[in-house]
Amino acid sequence: MDLYLLEAIINGILLGGVLALLALGLNLIFGVIDVVWISYADIVMCGMYGVYFLYAQYHLPLPLAFLLAILGSACLGVLVHKLIIAPVLNAAPLNQLLATGGLLFFLQSFATLLFGTDFRNIGVRLPVLEVASMYLSFARLIAFGVALVGAFALYFFLKKTYVGTAIRAIAQDREIVGLMGIDQRRIYLVVSAIGGALAGLAACLLALQYDVHPFIGNTFGPVIFMICVLGGLGNMLGGFFAAFIISLIIAIGGYYWSTELSYVLAFTFFIVLMFIRPRGLFTP
Amino acid sequence: MNINRILILIGLALLVALPFVAAAYFMHLVIQILIWAFIYTAWSLMGRFGFVSFGHGAFMGLGAYIPALMWTFWGVTPWIGIPIAVAAAVLLAVIVGYPCFARRVVGHYFALVTLALSQVVLLSLTAARDITGGSLGFTQKAVGHSWYALQFPEKTYFYGIAVVLWLAGLVIWQRIDRSISREALEAIGEDEDAAAAVGIDVMYQKMRITMISAALTALGGAIYGQYFMYLNPETVSGITVSLQIVFAAIAGGVYAMFGPSVGALLTLALTEGLRVWFGTEFIGAANTIYGILLVLCIIFMPQGVVGALQGLKFRRTPQGKSVRRISEA
Repeated sequence: MDLYLLEAIINGILLGGVLALLALGLNLIFGVIDVVWISYADIVMCGMYGVYFLYAQYHLPLPLAFLLAILGSACLGVLVHKLIIAPVLNAAPLNQLLATGGLLFFLQSFATLLFGTDFRNIGVRLPVLEVASMYLSFARLIAFGVALVGAFALYFFLKKTYVGTAIRAIAQDREIVGLMGIDQRRIYLVVSAIGGALAGLAACLLALQYDVHPFIGNTFGPVIFMICVLGGLGNMLGGFFAAFIISLIIAIGGYYWSTELSYVLAFTFFIVLMFIRPRGLFTP
Repeated sequence: MNINRILILIGLALLVALPFVAAAYFMHLVIQILIWAFIYTAWSLMGRFGFVSFGHGAFMGLGAYIPALMWTFWGVTPWIGIPIAVAAAVLLAVIVGYPCFARRVVGHYFALVTLALSQVVLLSLTAARDITGGSLGFTQKAVGHSWYALQFPEKTYFYGIAVVLWLAGLVIWQRIDRSISREALEAIGEDEDAAAAVGIDVMYQKMRITMISAALTALGGAIYGQYFMYLNPETVSGITVSLQIVFAAIAGGVYAMFGPSVGALLTLALTEGLRVWFGTEFIGAANTIYGILLVLCIIFMPQGVVGALQGLKFRRTPQGKSVRRISEA
């Protein structure tokens, strides 16, 4: 097998880890609150700016900057829920979609207003690993590892804790949980905070690899929705696997053609698969 | 002669009088408003029945790029290029629409599939940078005043074209609004199975409205391309344009004939006004406020501006005639 192709595939899988993390966050929010955050990738953008300013401008230690960025993103998630989602909770799904779409416009333009359209890099240079004469990005390796740890942490939180059980209960039947003594509104806030925190975690991992600019959300936002829908909206395990399928397509397509065409391939693959399995790949 | 007739006549008189009194900048704005109003109306033909497409950026992109590329590289007149572009958009609508409807891809799933479609066209246009100039954009070959090339440096001509286009869009809207198809599509929008059970050909109705909507959107895109001469993938296709179309149409109101046009007028007046107000020092300020207003509009006025006004009007009529709110769609 072509060594460069193998390298592309491995890097693709590594990127899939971060996408899987984002898909988890989006799916969690959809599964519990039943709202698709079109602007989810722009929360990541905010988190990346947070990392950039805390670390590169104010010279905080990197772990502290990461922690603050994750906390900030979690607060942002709560804020989004309080200000935008809560008022449209009983509106038509389309209106909910559009309300978060308006947020997308707002966040992108506000970031442009505050920071300009410059590409900014936090300036952390991580070494490139050479394994069997293949070059693997260390940043991606870390991102992959942390994303997996994050995913498993979320899994255990949902399975083992009281709040996690309540969250799963709401996802199953939102009518009945009130009778079980669960305060829906509080759970919604918790879920929004977790969703925001996952976006913040992804932001930290992406900040190591990419420059941040106000429209970075547009580059991988649509890909995340695609992954979630492919896995079945609300199906976390499905989304997790779909992330790797899509990132592999992008990696292999990018190796043979160009980056744009690899995305065209991934989107086309998505459209065709939706015709074959309209409720997602892993939904029976 | 009823009051509506008089209002329409006054409106037409104003439209005819405008080029004789207005400044060039103002004309430029009005032309843009009319072209966008046409495209938003085309989207609303589907959107009003709950078929929310985020893929109209794809149709607009095809409509704008195909005639411009054919003219610049092969010297083919837009009079041939535009019909080809419209046909291509309809073909794309069939290729994606038919399986979507056959496999019952609806709601969120339909919105996100069509979103992927508009990204496919955006990225394909960007990837073909040898021909289209990629994200740097593309300026078509200019020849000055020419009917053959459909290029007019003088704004009056495009004003005329835009007015005719816009009026044609309204006529199509009204014909569909008054046809039996509208009843059928409303039934489909509420419950596909029930609609099929009472004998409505669900596939035929959905395909027809989708094809009409795609064709008109491509036509609007083509005229946009002829007017601006400069095209950029980001401004005629992709997620941003698709969202822009959906937002403006919803903001104006998709259930009323003039709703999408009011949406075009308001959004363009707003962005342009904010742009002038803030100047070029604060890039993004205009869109920041625009974004806030969009969110507020969706939260507090989900049936759009015209819908809200009509709601007030109809609530006073004794027959109990009411306008369907979007939240019921």
